[in-house]
Amino acid sequence: MTEPAQPNRWRRYSDWDGRPLRLDQFAREDPANGFAAFKSPADPKPGLTLAAGRVASMDGTLAHDFDMIDAFIAEYHLDPAIAAEAMAMDSALLARMLVDMHVPRTDLVRLAHGMTPAKLVDVVSRLNALEIAFAYSKMRPRKTPGNQAHVTNAKDDPLQLAADAAVAVGMGFDEIETTMRVARTAWSNALACLVGSSVGDWGTLFQCSSEEAEELRIGMAGFTSYAETVSVYGTERSFTDGDDTPWSKAFLVAAYASRGIKARCTSGGGAELLMGYHEAKSLLYLEARCLCLQRGMGVQGTQNGGIDGAPITASIAGGMREIMAENLLAVWLDLECASGNDARATESEIRVGAKILPYLLAGSDLICSGFGSILKYDNSFNPSLFNGEEMEDFLVLQRDFEADGGLTPMPESTALDLRARAVDAISAVLEELDLARPTAEMKASVIAASGSRETDTISTGETARISEAIQARGIDVIDVIRALQKRGFAHEAGNLLNMVKLRVSGDYLQTASIIRGGRILSAVNDPNDYAGPGTGYRLTEERRDQICDIRDQIGQPEVLNRQSRHRKAEARRIAYTSSGEAAQGRDKHEVVIGISPAYGLQLFQTTAELNLSDVLAALIRGVKAGGGKPRVLRMHHTADTSFIGLTAAELSGSGYGIGIQAKGTAVIHARGRMPHNNLELFSNAPITTLDHYESMGRNAALWAHGTPPEPVIVPTDGQALGARFHTEVALIHAIETSLTEPGRAPQEVQVSFADTGGEP
Amino acid sequence: MTDRLTVADFPLAETAPQRIRGARGKPLDELTLDAVAQGDVTIEDLRITADALRAQGQIARAAGRTTLAQNFDRGAELVAVPQDLIMATYEMLRPGRAPNRQALLDQAAMFRRDHGAEEIARFLETAADHYHRRGLVTE
Repeated sequence: MTEPAQPNRWRRYSDWDGRPLRLDQFAREDPANGFAAFKSPADPKPGLTLAAGRVASMDGTLAHDFDMIDAFIAEYHLDPAIAAEAMAMDSALLARMLVDMHVPRTDLVRLAHGMTPAKLVDVVSRLNALEIAFAYSKMRPRKTPGNQAHVTNAKDDPLQLAADAAVAVGMGFDEIETTMRVARTAWSNALACLVGSSVGDWGTLFQCSSEEAEELRIGMAGFTSYAETVSVYGTERSFTDGDDTPWSKAFLVAAYASRGIKARCTSGGGAELLMGYHEAKSLLYLEARCLCLQRGMGVQGTQNGGIDGAPITASIAGGMREIMAENLLAVWLDLECASGNDARATESEIRVGAKILPYLLAGSDLICSGFGSILKYDNSFNPSLFNGEEMEDFLVLQRDFEADGGLTPMPESTALDLRARAVDAISAVLEELDLARPTAEMKASVIAASGSRETDTISTGETARISEAIQARGIDVIDVIRALQKRGFAHEAGNLLNMVKLRVSGDYLQTASIIRGGRILSAVNDPNDYAGPGTGYRLTEERRDQICDIRDQIGQPEVLNRQSRHRKAEARRIAYTSSGEAAQGRDKHEVVIGISPAYGLQLFQTTAELNLSDVLAALIRGVKAGGGKPRVLRMHHTADTSFIGLTAAELSGSGYGIGIQAKGTAVIHARGRMPHNNLELFSNAPITTLDHYESMGRNAALWAHGTPPEPVIVPTDGQALGARFHTEVALIHAIETSLTEPGRAPQEVQVSFADTGGEP
Repeated sequence: MTDRLTVADFPLAETAPQRIRGARGKPLDELTLDAVAQGDVTIEDLRITADALRAQGQIARAAGRTTLAQNFDRGAELVAVPQDLIMATYEMLRPGRAPNRQALLDQAAMFRRDHGAEEIARFLETAADHYHRRGLVTE
């Protein structure tokens, strides 16, 4: 006796194993080892006692036991005048206030000045993901959303940096950030991005992420305008392991202010976990400490939301919600938020899209920090959540949701012009300052290249020498402006001068400053005033038009154009001769083929790009092969396949007919059936072949002979045919329906095929 | 800039361009491309001044951002401080760099005496207390 077969696996699991998602790791929740997003047994309960106007204990720790972070928060963040009121408030009430459009942002910001890290966590952890996104939209400091780009490449090539910076500026990024593969190229990278960002419109803030002292020097030379490398951590050991303290970082922040450089700190969930000093606390609690610390330091903003820790945070249950919650804490604490969405937290494109969506809908001071405007392999920060490859996906998401992600689609010719101008400008500056002489071949290869693997350009070693020369010779932004001017780049020179003049007033040091149209927008003069529908940030008609104007949109002119290109060729292949009103057929083996009003007259190819002459020939061949007698009628009263097919069947001597539209949808019908209850239907015209049409003709003939045939199946691979074709289908169908004449009877049509001497 | 500024005074470069001057006293409208070409503009003319930072501090306070204002005040005190001293003080504040508490207090006293930097001095003194309490420096 044989055993029934016992499969060892449902093969769907093998399918799942093969998907990119399964490259991601997922961590088991384990608070003792730091793997907990929102709460851990080691997290303290909220609490605060004041004595003589000073903090005596906070979140269960006595002042004299405070670590450096507690001490700094107690010293500089907590406002004793507000703390008693804020800490006494019910956390559930505060949570509701965050999502209540009637409670002004300013009221909530004031209360946060008196709240401890554990209290802030107790409030925001009561919100679900949608509520967090809504609260974020209400609480973010600046009304107008913005975005930041990474501009780097694997060769530290100055020509490519300039070209890519120009494109990033042209697309509307408010800030661009560069860094290096080789530490010695910092000054060259800064110079190249600076010059590239001066092409086109001016007003993009620029950062060169490098070692602290060097970054400050590059800023002082006027090359850069902001810094966001001031990292802070939520445990004392992580801080000291990072070779800093809250005081050293706060001093650095004041130093940036003294040089007129916009600064923000960086912190994000998972950093302490990666560094090994998490104290078994939840990610959100540690992040609340980081953010209270940052407000205490007096930094205007934060790069926050997982950041380098985003991949490990996303591996934990609730991790993506935690990242949203920490961003909410940042803006509740009135910090400008460059909201992460930078590290590639997953290999799943679905998780990427899901990750970005709440930020796109809610808006953010800088949605990504930053968006990889270059290809993944060129990103010296590591691949971002979105990269050069996925730029157009982001642009389409903006259009889908009519949501401002800070970017504007750019015509291809504009991008090419910007790249050429930027490469010419940086080459002129390098020559004028006697730093390098890029050849015409180098320039051409960079202008056209999508990424550095395609360029034949200045070597990294040579770039390091350029960089060292810039530093050694004390070249500053004034030298660059003069070089541009001397070489005929007056527009770029003027742009750079405008940019550095802004530094003198210090206006862009205020919270959440960006530059739009030559003017500073910040939380001071563009405060988020959301108070319900019709308030807060709204797209203007002009901005909506910009966002929606993506490339390659199609309308009726494009469809007619595409079709008309085949008109002459079709006229050589087939002739349709009308011979009056169609009569009732008598031959019991007759199969009538009903064609739609525009078939072969205004429309010439199916959506599968088959010539309509070939399709009709295939149907006729099939009918004949099945022993039927084909007769062609043109329908005028309808453009609907079912009704075309049914009318064909009614007029057919056998009672069986075929209906076909110009786009290729075809049906076999029989006399007396309900219109939409056909015998066979080819609904997926874009994947229907001539063989399928021929088989349909044969099957119709078999029906006419009284033999129900084996139906023809058009196999699909699951393509999103609607997404690929429905726009064109609807436009084609509109052409057909516009030609219908309800009262006009079907016409007899003689078809002759020129190439075959009249035979199909 | 003695008047109390409010959020309505922001941005200063637009509302009061005549009051904005670089480190060498040049007003914004003298910073032109022609002046650059003639060598009349240096990087010093593009440096922020302590006055401008204090003015931004007033605006930040008016906007309810006290801690940001305090940072601008500390920054104002550092405007004229040489880069080397700034980096040396930053270095001193990093873990294990200051030999003892007194070294930090001495640095504070120096900032108060030589640079009139009261806020920075108090900031360093507070740091010294906490560094000592946490064992980052000895007495």
